[in-house]
Amino acid sequence: MQTHLLSVILLTPLAGALLLLVVPGRLVTAHRILANLIGLVGFLVSLPLLGRFVAGEKGFQLLEDMGWIPSIGARYTLGIDGISFVLVMLTTGLGAIAILSSWSAIQMRVKEYYILLLLLQAGMLGVFMSLDFFLFYVFWEAMLVPMYFLIGVWGSDRRLYAAIKFFLYTLVGSVLMLLAVITIYFQHAALLQEGGPAARELMSLYPGGAAYTFNIPVLIESTKFLAPHMQQLLFWGLFFAFAIKVPMFPFHTWLPDAHTEAPTAGSVILAGVLLKMGTYGFLRFSVPMLPDAARHYAPLMMAVSVVAIIYGALVCMMQKDMKKLIAYSSVSHLGFCTLGIFALTPMAIQGSILQQINHGISTGALFLIVGVLYERRHTRQISEFGGLSTPMPNFAAIYLIVSLSSLGMPLLNGFIGEFTILQGVFEVPGRGPLYAACAVVGIVLGAAYLLWLYQRVMFGPVTNPANANLPDLNTREFACLVPLVLAAFWIGIYPQPILRYLKVPADQLVQRVNPDYFERHPGLVPAGGPAIGNLAPAGLTNAPAAAASGKALPSGASALAVPVPLRAAAQPAGE
Amino acid sequence: MMPGEYFLEHAGWIPLFPLVSAALMLFLGRRLPKFAVNLFCVGSVFISFVFSAGAVYQLAHRAAEDRFFQKILFIWIPAGVYHTTAGPLANFAADWGILLDPLSSVMILVVTGVGFLIHVYSTGYMAQEGGYYRFFGYLNLFMFSMLTLVLANNLLLMFVGWEGVGLCSYLLISFYFHKKTASDAGKKAFIVNRVGDTGFLLAIFLSSVTFGTIRFTSRGFEKLVDATQYPGMLDALNIGIASGVFAVGMPVLTAIALLMFVGATGKSAQIPLYVWLPDAMEGPTPVSALIHAATMVTAGVYMVVRMNSLFQMAPFAMHVVAAIGALTAIYAASMGLVQTDIKRVLAYSTISQLGYMFLACGVGAFVGGVFHLMTHAFFKALLFLGSGSVIHALSGEQDMRKMGALWSKIPVTAKTFFIATLAIAGIPPFAGFFSKDEILWKTFSGGEEVFYKVLWVVGVITAGMTAFYMFRLVNMTFFGTSRVEHEVEHHIHESPPSMTVPLIILAILSVVGGWIGKPASLGGVNHFERWLEPVIFSPPAALAGLAERALPAAHREPMEYILMAVSVLIALAGIWLARVIYLQREGLADRLAEKWGPLYTLLHRKYYMDEIYDALFVQRTKDLATALGMFDRGVIDGVGVNGSGALTLAICRISMWWDTWIVDGLVGLTGTLVRLGSYPARFVQTGKLQSYALVIVLGVLLLLGYFLRHAMGMV
Repeated sequence: MQTHLLSVILLTPLAGALLLLVVPGRLVTAHRILANLIGLVGFLVSLPLLGRFVAGEKGFQLLEDMGWIPSIGARYTLGIDGISFVLVMLTTGLGAIAILSSWSAIQMRVKEYYILLLLLQAGMLGVFMSLDFFLFYVFWEAMLVPMYFLIGVWGSDRRLYAAIKFFLYTLVGSVLMLLAVITIYFQHAALLQEGGPAARELMSLYPGGAAYTFNIPVLIESTKFLAPHMQQLLFWGLFFAFAIKVPMFPFHTWLPDAHTEAPTAGSVILAGVLLKMGTYGFLRFSVPMLPDAARHYAPLMMAVSVVAIIYGALVCMMQKDMKKLIAYSSVSHLGFCTLGIFALTPMAIQGSILQQINHGISTGALFLIVGVLYERRHTRQISEFGGLSTPMPNFAAIYLIVSLSSLGMPLLNGFIGEFTILQGVFEVPGRGPLYAACAVVGIVLGAAYLLWLYQRVMFGPVTNPANANLPDLNTREFACLVPLVLAAFWIGIYPQPILRYLKVPADQLVQRVNPDYFERHPGLVPAGGPAIGNLAPAGLTNAPAAAASGKALPSGASALAVPVPLRAAAQPAGE
Repeated sequence: MMPGEYFLEHAGWIPLFPLVSAALMLFLGRRLPKFAVNLFCVGSVFISFVFSAGAVYQLAHRAAEDRFFQKILFIWIPAGVYHTTAGPLANFAADWGILLDPLSSVMILVVTGVGFLIHVYSTGYMAQEGGYYRFFGYLNLFMFSMLTLVLANNLLLMFVGWEGVGLCSYLLISFYFHKKTASDAGKKAFIVNRVGDTGFLLAIFLSSVTFGTIRFTSRGFEKLVDATQYPGMLDALNIGIASGVFAVGMPVLTAIALLMFVGATGKSAQIPLYVWLPDAMEGPTPVSALIHAATMVTAGVYMVVRMNSLFQMAPFAMHVVAAIGALTAIYAASMGLVQTDIKRVLAYSTISQLGYMFLACGVGAFVGGVFHLMTHAFFKALLFLGSGSVIHALSGEQDMRKMGALWSKIPVTAKTFFIATLAIAGIPPFAGFFSKDEILWKTFSGGEEVFYKVLWVVGVITAGMTAFYMFRLVNMTFFGTSRVEHEVEHHIHESPPSMTVPLIILAILSVVGGWIGKPASLGGVNHFERWLEPVIFSPPAALAGLAERALPAAHREPMEYILMAVSVLIALAGIWLARVIYLQREGLADRLAEKWGPLYTLLHRKYYMDEIYDALFVQRTKDLATALGMFDRGVIDGVGVNGSGALTLAICRISMWWDTWIVDGLVGLTGTLVRLGSYPARFVQTGKLQSYALVIVLGVLLLLGYFLRHAMGMV
């Protein structure tokens, strides 16, 4: 039986947008209430996923498939795996919060604003759910339009410049991606028509599949047969689209402008979800579709990511505008995410996905915090503030927690992500430790710029009389921020429920790119290792000792599979 | 579980009591009356202390080799598999688990015991301050973090506590956040600590890929649990040594040890990361006592002792630890000689004493390091609390040049302070004597090399300097003539019992606290050493390169007595010198300062280290940030993005010009040529009927004439 849960989640914001369309624009309050209800419903309909989606199962789940454009073989295919699952939940949750945060911030063209916000929401959900490359591309591009208007109409002073820059910059990347998509599409058809062993393997995997198809799981299996130079070419085609979206250094400069000019909710969505489309693209396409190219370019990608981490953090320090500072901190944090992806180890990839969620939570909350101040003072200049702890103690507490979560304080979410990424990077043979050591510098700088910002805004005496009587957080602002703070604590203290969803997809990715990774020790299956405990020490004694004595490792008797004789294993090895 | 081990079984609760209370304070504190704050915050720490004492008591009832209790409360980060350097995959899991062994026992008793006394003291000291609930909330949060740090059963959970105490330190140093100096100091503490933490983090990564686990040991799990499922680093190390994978001095072991020590230099304020601790005195005085003297700053020492197996395998790292420790000890003491702020003297003294503890660890006397950690917690907490009491009595005055002759005015404070001073100066039979003496003796006997003798000399000189600056402080504060400002003088008063009772208890501990580790040479049984013996790594006998370092027994005792006498004599000399300079000869101090002007200034300005660090690191980082920011705007965005935008526009213009003038121009030219070419025709094609008719008529006439001429001609 086919389920339509994903379609329901995807169509809720669209239906909501249609509903708002028919309500007359002068009923401003009605629009506000309705939009918030739709946002809430959008989140509520995604909750059944928790029950329906089975963590730890390979492949895509909750599949839906319908014909769409038969002439080119494009279909309406939806489905999610662990990676898209967490991103969908992030999108619906953060979407509701973004809508709530706009209540009083948006005073002009309220109806159009909410409609665009809901369209944006649908576009992003579509990107994360699509299993058809064509459909994916449609959502990918469609989501540009509402964002363009959100920045261009409801933004601040330089909004037109920022909006056009955002639109054109991302479009350039998208066009290259389109070329890559079309190439992959025709390559696949050609492969099938040739009818060699590759075609037979594909046909056995997906019997009855059309030659001309955009189906992502099929194409993933097909592209690995491409010649290396072709893979590398396609890698660059996809790379620009994703790298600009992430954004990776040096394609990041649209981000500070877009963030600064966008309205608060726009920034929250932009940082929280939209950037994740880039990292998602790497995880869904670049790495699994082009494994040889990904392996080939991984060192370069990791180096660029490390540069982004340090560069972004340093540039943060000299910013005078709060939003710009946070925008550059995104560059640094997303650097951790791409670093984790291209480490191509299970821990780093898991950490990277988790860090994407974390970044959505922490940076989303940071933008909300700037929004709170902006609504009160209509400025984002750091120098305009100071001593706000006195008039706004609750705000001070929440802001502090959010800053700490962003700078990677243990027991808050950021730490888990950063640690897992870096541990996964560290094990990369060769330069892994070096990359990790450099990235750690970014953590120090992160503490420096966030605490310095906090000090300049919150500490000291109130020097500017305009700040003396600022009202503390109101109920609505609490309602926006508290869920994010709770989520930050939850992931920091008990990340297991989320990591459970990420383990299998991460292992699968590594298996595909780096099959050798798990095969070196057949004793341990990727997804089914012992829940607790660590079996290395016993193996530790075996491997080098055996290598030294020139004896082959008894593969079945790998110490990993036989954990008990910890000490016993040492005996023969010690001879 | 053995019967009747209730407290052991619930040792995991020890950190939770203060956590609950902290959460309560930070959420509801503003609405709670003061007595409720006291009840929750002081009470929770007291319950922690009771549970700690109970757990340690029950642990002590076990046989010596069974004194390990480990329990996993839940799996914190199960992050999947990874490769170890030796090849095989390991399954990464960081537990939320506790390890109660003799070492953590000592720590939890010190932390909860001294912590409780300081909480009580704070109810008096902070009574008049705003943000009372906030202060106690942070203090409780600190207790939670510190107890998590010492009870953690793995490196990562220890790191949680490690960062947590750093955070609380930041919050409490910046407690008076209206003051720029306070918030600056807090930020400095946090960032400097973070620099050290990078070392710790990298050490965790490296341990994890080297040993395949970050748990300390597999000992102490319940008998029901298959301990081999839960290996620890110690097990991996032992097996590795036995199988020849690990040998003494292997680079990877040295690297781990050194990286950890980088973390320790941050937290425990050693060279080169000590710079934050003097500034940390901006926090309220109880904070200085609890965090920046008795507990948090000793976390680095605890870490080195906890990892003593690794350090013993890395002799080079041990040498580094010892050298840095000794250097820090004498370096900080030299700055303490000339400070005039009562709390700053104590701050430098703390750095110096921490140096002693690292010196002890570096020469292999881990027990001595922990012993000094404990006695130091007693007397240094007492010194800070005493100085707080003095400051309290003098309405906030911290400058010793404005004190003097307070002995009889605040007698309890003065007498307890004096006891603590004798203890830190190393006068028998006070606590500091035993611990310091053990360190010096172990340093001297650490090896035959000159290295150890030099370290010993440095240690003894530092002991003399310590006695000098502490008695300088006592003399300037409690004796001599009063230099107290007039209006302050009227308000001098002894502190309330909530403050003096903790002073008295700590004074008793500063006297008797050392007796537990009375050395055999003085007719004692070193209970402390025996207690800690199980946690000190003894390398397998087969291991070469780690021979017994001690001198032959025959040489031992006379030498020990001689060294003991030397250190006591030097301390007494320091005391005598302080007496001469600051009590007997008026003005001698000033004359000396003048005579040794440059040296005095150098010490007083703390070797200009703050300025040097600022110029070398802080300003350079800011410059780099500014340069990169301009690069980002100017080059990447300006030239790259806007440049390509401008380029596109320029191309647009050119093609528009081309389109207008060339492409369209050709079209126009064709038109023009045709128009020009057709110019004559236009006269004909006028469109007027009359002229066409005229032309027709004229044509007809012409033709007619022509035909007529021919017709005539033919005729």
